[in-house]
Amino acid sequence: MSDAARSSQPLMACQECDLLQRIPVLPVGGRARCARCGFVLAARPRDPLELPLVLTLTALIVFVVANAMPLMDLSAVGRYASTTILGGARQMWLDGERITAMIVVFCAVIAPALYLLMMLAVLLAARRPPLPHWSGELLRWGLHMQPWAMYDVMLLGILVALIKIAQLATVDPGVGLFAMGLLALLLPAISVTFDAREVWKRVEWKHGDDLAAAFADGNYEERGR
Amino acid sequence: MSGAVVTGARAGLVSCETCKLLTRPVNAEHAGHCPRCGATLEVRRVQSLQRTWALIIAAAICYIPANLLPVMVSNTFATSDAETIMGGVVYLYSSGSWPLALIVLVASVMVPLGKLLALGYLLVSVQRGMAGSHHERARLFRIVVFIGRWSMLDVFVATFTVALVQLQPLMSVLPGAGVLFFAAVVVLTMLAAETFDPRLLWDSATDMEKQDG
Repeated sequence: MSDAARSSQPLMACQECDLLQRIPVLPVGGRARCARCGFVLAARPRDPLELPLVLTLTALIVFVVANAMPLMDLSAVGRYASTTILGGARQMWLDGERITAMIVVFCAVIAPALYLLMMLAVLLAARRPPLPHWSGELLRWGLHMQPWAMYDVMLLGILVALIKIAQLATVDPGVGLFAMGLLALLLPAISVTFDAREVWKRVEWKHGDDLAAAFADGNYEERGR
Repeated sequence: MSGAVVTGARAGLVSCETCKLLTRPVNAEHAGHCPRCGATLEVRRVQSLQRTWALIIAAAICYIPANLLPVMVSNTFATSDAETIMGGVVYLYSSGSWPLALIVLVASVMVPLGKLLALGYLLVSVQRGMAGSHHERARLFRIVVFIGRWSMLDVFVATFTVALVQLQPLMSVLPGAGVLFFAAVVVLTMLAAETFDPRLLWDSATDMEKQDG
């Protein structure tokens, strides 16, 4: 790319090392890494808004199944028990471990629910630009929730629990467990196919359109707030 | 492109941590809010070192009872067995599933300790203005962020074992006091990794470049 073409691209600071650089126009499927620290600054997925929307809707349905259906059934000497995600947290609460129960509910139910609902709202709003500025706020919170939605970790935890209990009783995986496995795949798939830059390009500025127009001129480096 | 290293901070620009918009604040100390998304703008995360220290010290204190107190207590009508995290690893190993024993050992014992040591080292390296090995330290930080959530494993193991094994009076499992401290270690170290500002690691590299040029 020529220097002239490159300099028409917006300037960006690496969020890990603060190096200023310009990101060239990426080919589909391409990624741009920081010239100094190698952090992935930008990626261009094939279908940055539609595909994540489909995945988010699917994930919301699977989320309901994962929470409503039993994760596993246990039977030993004629006795029978089964549990759901919330049932697990409830038992912790009843046994006096209330804070742990709340942490489990947050990681298993609240964080993924907020993440999915906020992504849904942002992606639906993105279909009719400009996005209202509250969708920026929603995206910010949604992205904060992401590391706390721990279906992958939970799945491994349940596997370990199953193997431990299998020595004592017969354990059968339930529908909820398969739904959880699907969520463990769907949540990372949403973040890989989604490109937040596409949302920020379309969002209505919190502090007015005239300011946005000034920034769009490309001489925003010289402008203060 | 020229070889000179120019960072946002040096150029008087602030990058929004949420939407990555670059702006030139009138006053870098009080950069205000991002005009596009409304997030608070900071040249470097405010009091990053102090807050990260506070969180990892709190986590280190919780790490001790997390390992000494039982996470699960199994009761049958004849016996009562308290099991610590290490006890759980030993049980998995002795019952023949050594791959799982290894996973639990790594996720529950080595990862939390490794995170505390790694973050402590990164903090000290920034405070002493350590020059060099920037790439290695950046990689260490990324590893800490990536593996952080996996330590929650044992909390979920305890939760679902407790939930399922409720066959009173034949056999039941109760959570132990250790599980709360263990969950606290995981949450505190995850928050510590979020509070630490990786740009601080590179500021010494930027300064070196300046002297060379």
